[in-house]
Formats: sequence, structure tokens, C-alpha cells
Amino acid sequence: MSHGSTGSRRTYFAVFAALLLLTVVTVLVSYVDLGLLNVVVALLIASVKASLVALFFMHLKGENRLVWGFALVPIFFLALILLGTLTDTMLR
Amino acid sequence: MSDPSAEHHDPAVAFESAKLGVWTFLATEVLLFGALFTAYTVFRMKYPELFRAEHAKLDRVLGAANTVVLITSSFTVVLGVDAIRRGKARRLEAYFGATILLAGVFLCVKYVEYAAKFHHGLYPGTNLFFSLYFMMTGLHGIHVLAGMALLSYVVVLSRRGRFSASYHTPVEMSGLYWHFVDLVWIYLFPLLYLIG
Repeated sequence: MSHGSTGSRRTYFAVFAALLLLTVVTVLVSYVDLGLLNVVVALLIASVKASLVALFFMHLKGENRLVWGFALVPIFFLALILLGTLTDTMLR
Repeated sequence: MSDPSAEHHDPAVAFESAKLGVWTFLATEVLLFGALFTAYTVFRMKYPELFRAEHAKLDRVLGAANTVVLITSSFTVVLGVDAIRRGKARRLEAYFGATILLAGVFLCVKYVEYAAKFHHGLYPGTNLFFSLYFMMTGLHGIHVLAGMALLSYVVVLSRRGRFSASYHTPVEMSGLYWHFVDLVWIYLFPLLYLIG
């Protein structure tokens, strides 16, 4: 039975350490007032963390295109919902 | 004549089908939380001062601590999946047991936070920010509870000797779900606690 990329415990530990480090960074940055940049940095760090979890913990890295499609399509729809709603509420 | 459903009895195909099923379910979950994230974005852009003032009332340190707890619980899940891929059922049970314990810690911290907010007269109906805060963390908390039940069931099955290196589909599937619960929190934490 194939499991795509199985990953190794060393990889898992490195990802875990990176996730903890990024959490510390995002909290520290939040104490510094960067104006609008705070939002950008926080969302960027969150997205890096989310990608690490999806790629290595959820094993998306070694998956075939079909699984990738199933994972990405909802994100596309979420972007569509956000954009559609915002163009309505912001331009009203 | 060959049985047309025969290929579904092939363990590899069955595993792939189960995986696509879980990813489909997670797609609906993305959109369920997505509606709330959209509401958050709309109101945050409309009332930036309100969000800025109200988010400061949340405990950043407790939120960060809970983030570490959930990330650690995801790490123990992936180690549990790794263990059963090597055929080690007892270690899977230990790792998943640790995950369930960490999930319990997460909910206890959440309880302390909710209690403190209620004590200060901050309720879901207080203002838009706290409506969103309670709705989003509440829905996420329900997912944590469901995850605890799911992982407990997998541990029970494992104790009955149901999983091995060659068959452990429910272990992998419950793991995917748990990582998703972690993923949602990865976005909830900065949006609610850090940038409001």
C-alpha cells in the first residue's frame, strides 16, 4: 500500500521546531507597532505555518495531483467568496 | 465476468478513496469556517477602531500557550501515524493518548479564557468583535471535542488489534482531520489575538 511520501521522524521534528519558532516570532512582532504591516506579517507567518502543516504533517508533499486538486479547490472557492463579498460591501 | 466493483476491494484503491473522501469533507470545513473568516474580514475593514480596541482585551499569552499546545498535539498525531506505519500499535496508542490529553489542556485553557471574559462582562452579544470571537473559537472548540472523540475511538480500535503496518486507514484519516483543526487555529490565533 502506497502512502505517498512517508516522511521521516527527523523531518517531523524539524517542522515541529519551525512551527514553534514561527509562533514565538509572530507573538513578538505583534508587540511592535508596524501599522498595516502587522496584519501582513501575521498572515504571512500563519500561511507559512499552515503550509508546513499541510505539506509535511498531512503529507501533501508526496501526494498525487488528484489529492492536490482536492486540497486547493476549496481555497480557490474561499478566495472567490472573500473577493465577491468584499467587492459588494466595500463598494456599496 | 469480473466483478465491476472488484477494484474497490483492492486495499490501495480503498485507501486512496478514503483519503479523497476526507479531503472532500475538509473542503466543506474550509468553507464553513470560510464564511466566518469572510464576516471577520468585512467587519474588520468596516470598524478597524473597534477591532483594535477590543482585541487588546484578549490574553495574548494564553492564546500563544494554546497555540503551542495544539501544534504539539499535531506533532504527536504525526508520530502516532508514523508508529503504526511501522506496525507499532502500542506506540500509536501512546501518541494518540498524548494528543487527546493535549486537546483537553487546550479546552481547559479556553474555559479559563471564556470565564475571564464573562467575569469582565464580555459576552457574545457585547459587540461585533466578541460575537465573532465566541462564534469562531466556539465552532473551533466543537471541532476539538469531535477530534477527541474520534481519536479516542481510533485508540479503542487499536487496542482491539485492528491496525497494522499494512492496514491503518482510520488512523491516517483521523490524523488528517486533527491537522485541519490545528490549521484553523493557526489562522484564528493571529486574527483574533494579535491583530484584531
